[in-house]
Amino acid sequence: MKDHFIYPEFEVVRNDNRCIQCRVCERQCANEVHSFDPERGIMLSDETKCVNCQRCVSLCPTRALKIVKSDCRLRENANWADDTIKEIYKQANSGGVLLSSMGNPKPLPVYWDKILINASQVTNPPIDPLREPMETKVFLGKKPEKIKRNEDGELVTETTPQLELSMPVMFSAMSYGSISYNAHASLARAATELGICYNTGEGGLHEDFYIYGPNTVVQVASGRFGVHKDYLEAAAAVEIKMGQGAKPGIGGHLPGAKIVGDVSKTRMIPEGSDAISPAPHHDIYSIEDLRQLVYSLKEATEYKKPVIVKVAAVHNIAAIASGIARSGADIIAIDGFRGGTGAAPTRIRDNVGIPIELALASVDQRLRDEGIRNNVSLVVGGSVRSAADVVKAVALGADAVYVATAALLAMGCHLCRTCQSGKCNWGIATQRPELVKRLNPDMGSRRLVNLMDAWRHEIKELMGGMGINSIESLRGNRLMLRGVGLTDKELEILGISHAGE
Amino acid sequence: MKRVFVNEDWCLGCHLCEYNCAYANSGLSDMVKALKGKDIFPRIHIEETDGITYAVSCRHCKDPLCVKSCIAGAISIEDGTVKIDKTKCVGCLTCVLVCPYGAVAAGPEGAAQKCELCLANSCGSPACVKGCPNNAIVYEER
Repeated sequence: MKDHFIYPEFEVVRNDNRCIQCRVCERQCANEVHSFDPERGIMLSDETKCVNCQRCVSLCPTRALKIVKSDCRLRENANWADDTIKEIYKQANSGGVLLSSMGNPKPLPVYWDKILINASQVTNPPIDPLREPMETKVFLGKKPEKIKRNEDGELVTETTPQLELSMPVMFSAMSYGSISYNAHASLARAATELGICYNTGEGGLHEDFYIYGPNTVVQVASGRFGVHKDYLEAAAAVEIKMGQGAKPGIGGHLPGAKIVGDVSKTRMIPEGSDAISPAPHHDIYSIEDLRQLVYSLKEATEYKKPVIVKVAAVHNIAAIASGIARSGADIIAIDGFRGGTGAAPTRIRDNVGIPIELALASVDQRLRDEGIRNNVSLVVGGSVRSAADVVKAVALGADAVYVATAALLAMGCHLCRTCQSGKCNWGIATQRPELVKRLNPDMGSRRLVNLMDAWRHEIKELMGGMGINSIESLRGNRLMLRGVGLTDKELEILGISHAGE
Repeated sequence: MKRVFVNEDWCLGCHLCEYNCAYANSGLSDMVKALKGKDIFPRIHIEETDGITYAVSCRHCKDPLCVKSCIAGAISIEDGTVKIDKTKCVGCLTCVLVCPYGAVAAGPEGAAQKCELCLANSCGSPACVKGCPNNAIVYEER
């Protein structure tokens, strides 16, 4: 039923002096906002359907279009914001749970922006990354407690399996089904070219992408979609997904409409059936249970691959991480509350979980205090937006970061946050063939490689400025960070001093 | 010789190539001025049927039928590029008839016209290629 209470959120502004009626906007809008009136020879728009994805704006050859937020407002009210009232209208109309996509857009604190990075001056020289070698390579996995020698006094160099990355960044989990074949192809090809890893998410691995296995992290989530022996063996690492930053404590639901063709085959479920990931793993109710799954996966892969356990950043994350570090997992991935999603209940996305910066600092500290930091590597995600965020995360104690939203943006996402509609005009969060083809993986992978190359340069510049020539020397080096505008408690949790101290 | 190739997998049927072509060959420096309110005569056009779209333009054949068929001697090959001299063209449109690709068409003044790779206009290289949002049209040696 159409909701007459809600005035359209956006206005389509067309500059008629510029519009040449080429109708590119009409052809490119899967939401059918634009249409051509042959009688009057003009373009029309139905802004009720507009999601502000900017596809038409980007492709308009004469820049005749812009999408603006409508200034038609409800009567001002500091307590009842427009969005709050409209959500009430929507629920009164539908009786349903509100759905949203991508990360939490609320104005909650972004701690990255309140942390500043050090640089060398006078007494300690900065390093010029263009003239001197800089190491950004990292190895993820369990590290030896101490140096061991054999009977002949030679160093024992065997380690448990490690995930080698050319820079401390991986593309985080996005399932085939939630994103398109071409988006997966772009991520897989870019990860391979970059010497990093991408993550299949919980939707299985399409048979065409097994060739990218050495740069693939495969996920085992509560729905166990697409998990079989070859899948596990194809990967560089196996990730058990316990939770996701955007929707901690709940599962997933990919509607039957998206379970078509190869998605159904890859997930190993019938076409048209809803893919429901339960909230818990039904065989995991304790760290001991988790340990069983960790070792089941290690057995299945002959102890050749590191096992990652991914959890959402929640209140007791330090204790949870401590348990995971003792479960036999090689890597812990923590996903903060600003992490993205293809669809989540709005209330969960916007109100559940904690900021990744605080979770990371408290987990790293807890694992150090307990003497088990070497048991695991730490990977954090949940809105790492730039090379500066990467450097701050590493200095707070992360071994690497997961990025997904930034990767989607590189592929063309304009963060309109309507992935759940399945009508992504950029060919990313859709399974409709005519939309999927809009993402050419040649371009998608090139743009991803460009983005990561740029970040790598920036990471080196920032490290060089601090007089550090290896990412290993930056990890957990919180002396390189200072806070601004933070309370004593926040500084204490982050384990950093205030600027000026 | 570099030619224009189209990959049907990535052609979105957005028709931007047609407008970029018409603009590039307009001789004007403003797209709005060149195209607004006018019928356009692009030298590339989108063929579309159920779910398939494909941009078609001159293949610059090695042994072109259009050159052989031209009764006025208006079509010639210059460094591999098939060109039409519109001052010689009598508008009989035999070339349109014989082109197996449907890549030749009548222009606004009646003379036949076709893709000449934007080599002679201010664009310098094919405008359709530069403007294709999905790299479906490429200009390369094959």
